[in-house]
Amino acid sequence: MALDQSFVGRTYPATEPYEVGREKIREFAEAIGDTNPAYTDPEAARALGHPDVIAPPTFVFAITYRAAGQVVTDPQLGLDFSRVVHGDQQFAYTRPVRAGDRLSATSTIEVIKSLAGNDVLTIRGEVHDQHGEHVVTTHMKLVARAAEEA
Amino acid sequence: MAAQVSYDEVETGTELPARSFPVTRETLVRYAGASGDFNPIHWNERFAKQVGLPDVIAHGMFTMAEAIRVVTDWAGDPAAVVEYGVRFTKPVVVPDDDQGAVIEVSAKVAAKLDDQARTVRVDLVATCAGQKVLGMSRAVVRLA
Repeated sequence: MALDQSFVGRTYPATEPYEVGREKIREFAEAIGDTNPAYTDPEAARALGHPDVIAPPTFVFAITYRAAGQVVTDPQLGLDFSRVVHGDQQFAYTRPVRAGDRLSATSTIEVIKSLAGNDVLTIRGEVHDQHGEHVVTTHMKLVARAAEEA
Repeated sequence: MAAQVSYDEVETGTELPARSFPVTRETLVRYAGASGDFNPIHWNERFAKQVGLPDVIAHGMFTMAEAIRVVTDWAGDPAAVVEYGVRFTKPVVVPDDDQGAVIEVSAKVAAKLDDQARTVRVDLVATCAGQKVLGMSRAVVRLA
């Protein structure tokens, strides 16, 4: 069943702040095998002009994905999450995420469309720090494959 | 921001050093823990096959994280990446053996965007077992 177009533009409440820690960034960098010292060594990060270690570019997805959970589980929207695959992902940074950030994410439904029976949903995430300053905007496109004919 | 590559030194067509990224089941377990994405299609073969996949597959976000390393290693400062986007076109299938799979990533400067902001567009190609696993894979990078 096609998703209700009237949900386009709907914004969900900002999430409780996620506190970004040095050790979580280190764990993530190790998991992707990335030894860039800007992720683990505060001195190396400072030499590049950052106040503390920064996170790899895709780190913030964990925060925006959790925020988007409000959308995909909204019973009024009625998305069948068991049929969802991740279609596209985009990030546009004002600055890198760094240790010490307390980040809140706000999700907005930007696009709903139906393509060949598949529901396509694009969710924009706006991430701000504890000072209200913008850090990154994300776009996540989810595709819910059409259910097989009974 | 302290990119170590100068805008003036790159041209459209400049190739970035290509990289290969191995991925095994152990890699996926680590990534699941670090990212908080515990979807069983990324670690449970029985479950993956039940939902119609050939085997366990890598997290799309893992592939996305590996691909951009070609750009961050080149630029020096990861913060030089000001935009990054991909389309997930094919899954990276990871068999339960010691070899796992290998993600091959190449990239080149596709356009010089803005002489003032010193930004370039880098187009990435990521393949696994000869198939493109990312499409429309692009980054905007601010150079020195």
